[in-house]
Amino acid sequence: MSTATAAIKAKQRPGDRVFSGSAVFAGSMILVTLAAVAIFLIVQSLPALFATNEDASILPTNFWAYVGPLVFGTVWAAALALLMAVPVSIGIALFISHYAPRRLASMLGYIVDLLAAVPSVVFGLWGIGVLAPAVQPVYTWLVDNLGWFPLFAGPVSGTGRTILTAAIVLAVMVLPIMTAISREVFLQTPVLHEEAALALGATRWEMIRTAVLPFGRSGIISAAVLGLGRALGETMAVAMVLSATGAVTLELLTSVNPSTIAANIALSFPEAYGMNVNVLIATGLILFIVTFAVNAFARWIVSRRKEFSGAN
Amino acid sequence: MTMTTTAEPNTGSPIANSLTAGRLPASAPWTILGVAIAVAAAVFGVVAIGSGEGFNWGGAILVGALLYIPSIWLFSTLVEGERRAMDRLVTALVTGAFVLAMIPLISLTITVVTFGLSRFDPEFFTFSMRNVTGEGGGALHAIIGTLLMTGTAAIISIPIGIMTSIYLVEYGRGRLAQGITFLVDVMTGIPSIVAGLFAYAVFAIFLGPGVRLGIAGAVALAVLMIPVVVRSSEEMLRLVPNELREAAFALGVPKWLTIVKVVLPTSIAGITTGIMLSIARVIGETAPLLIAAGFTASMNYNLLEGRMQSLPVFVYTQYANQGNPASAYIDRAWAAALTLILIVMALNLIARLVARFFAPKFGR
Repeated sequence: MSTATAAIKAKQRPGDRVFSGSAVFAGSMILVTLAAVAIFLIVQSLPALFATNEDASILPTNFWAYVGPLVFGTVWAAALALLMAVPVSIGIALFISHYAPRRLASMLGYIVDLLAAVPSVVFGLWGIGVLAPAVQPVYTWLVDNLGWFPLFAGPVSGTGRTILTAAIVLAVMVLPIMTAISREVFLQTPVLHEEAALALGATRWEMIRTAVLPFGRSGIISAAVLGLGRALGETMAVAMVLSATGAVTLELLTSVNPSTIAANIALSFPEAYGMNVNVLIATGLILFIVTFAVNAFARWIVSRRKEFSGAN
Repeated sequence: MTMTTTAEPNTGSPIANSLTAGRLPASAPWTILGVAIAVAAAVFGVVAIGSGEGFNWGGAILVGALLYIPSIWLFSTLVEGERRAMDRLVTALVTGAFVLAMIPLISLTITVVTFGLSRFDPEFFTFSMRNVTGEGGGALHAIIGTLLMTGTAAIISIPIGIMTSIYLVEYGRGRLAQGITFLVDVMTGIPSIVAGLFAYAVFAIFLGPGVRLGIAGAVALAVLMIPVVVRSSEEMLRLVPNELREAAFALGVPKWLTIVKVVLPTSIAGITTGIMLSIARVIGETAPLLIAAGFTASMNYNLLEGRMQSLPVFVYTQYANQGNPASAYIDRAWAAALTLILIVMALNLIARLVARFFAPKFGR
């Protein structure tokens, strides 16, 4: 297909045909899978969208009143997590790629990868058993001394299992993926660019600012997108750590917390029956649409910065 | 301590630059860090004596480290000028970010190992939970289920993922390639629980509501795994220099052989890393398996029939449905968590060794 403009056509061998054919097939499988996800979710959700609490016992009045607070909680928790994770992940990636001694670098990268290997249930257990008790005194201090700030309004949660704790766990969970991608891209920065900057008298930070970060910008953005995708949909850690009441509130430290869509599905699905199953699948469809919108937006940001040249 | 050197070098020169400005001695950062932690420890010591509570080591070191960041910037500005001060500030922040990320990892490792070892015994690996209500029992059924479902998911997604990335990098032109790139990004953002709901919905439509199967769990995991494999492999294939491809074409090598013999071997280390990350991502997935494969107390070797337990779901159900005595359930949950982490670490290690063994030797 690339030879369409050329006068001389490359000879098509059977191997070429089979190989490119299977490549196209694999590519189309992506389209088929995604279409199937959307279609099956929509088919199962349709009855729930117009259900009332006479059809499904978990609905307060109708479907939209049920899903609204959940959407808020999902976006709020993910935003808090990303706010913490993005700067830290860029810092770690830079540390491993440009600050750590060269011999240690690959081992440090391996250690951060280990964090990615920790399953979400284990983070959940850790969040309940270790993190929540550890941050609870800090929360008490924040409420006592900074309670005038709306986000830190009291009364403080006695268990520490608040939306902020859940967001910290989420941030820890998305860190390794974001770090791994940023680090790979930072390491691919052309050595000549770096050496040119240093030769012009730049300090290490100025070299990173002028050579590494512009080169790695698309990597940082794709890392942040992946992190956001994970944070929006992360289920078990939130389901276990957060003691949710389903309220819509911005307060971070009280025992009244919004739930998230994913955590709510995980907690309710095993016991759900009849129309309740469709309601939960419909909330899953909403989550799917939200993540779709987020990814499309991020994609648009990346394409807007096309002047950045890739590796080729 | 070195403040006296500030003014001297600049007196004769109207332009301050890095060559005429002073330098902090190499030991300065460590000295400042030590002083900062000592000051914080002193403050915490006074508080501890005042309140009668124990000395808070973690707090003292944390506050000391936080104190170090503005101090190094201040000293460096006074002695070395703004540019070097900025450099030192960023160095401190970047190192701090790494240390910060190590705190949860170390804390988590210590917790899992200490709590996990109490039930990390032969019985745990040779028994299922069938007819076990209190102490005893094991996770053999969960380990088998995890291996079966993750293995099936990997068999489905690795070929599709790598071929798709090859299509995108080597063949893809025009609308279809753009669409696939876009949709792979979207798929990467699919929350794991939505993949579980999808697998449930597919099998529920054909087999009736309430269906829970091992193969449904594998399908859910494959949906999660494919885009990760595609993204990472694509990134790696794009990093292969075009000169290598052009050299192969110039020698008359067919395109598919160029890809198989030149492009893939060059990037195999990165692709392996990507697959490793994707397996690490899916093997610990709880939510989709909870939805699609359910949970059970019995052995099940058949992906196509009946509920199938998996290690992460085992951890969750042991924690969430505690019986009597509760400690037996919690201990089993931690032991399963430890097992899961060990399996993942073994996988990582093998992948690393493979990656190192096959990696092309580059300059860096």
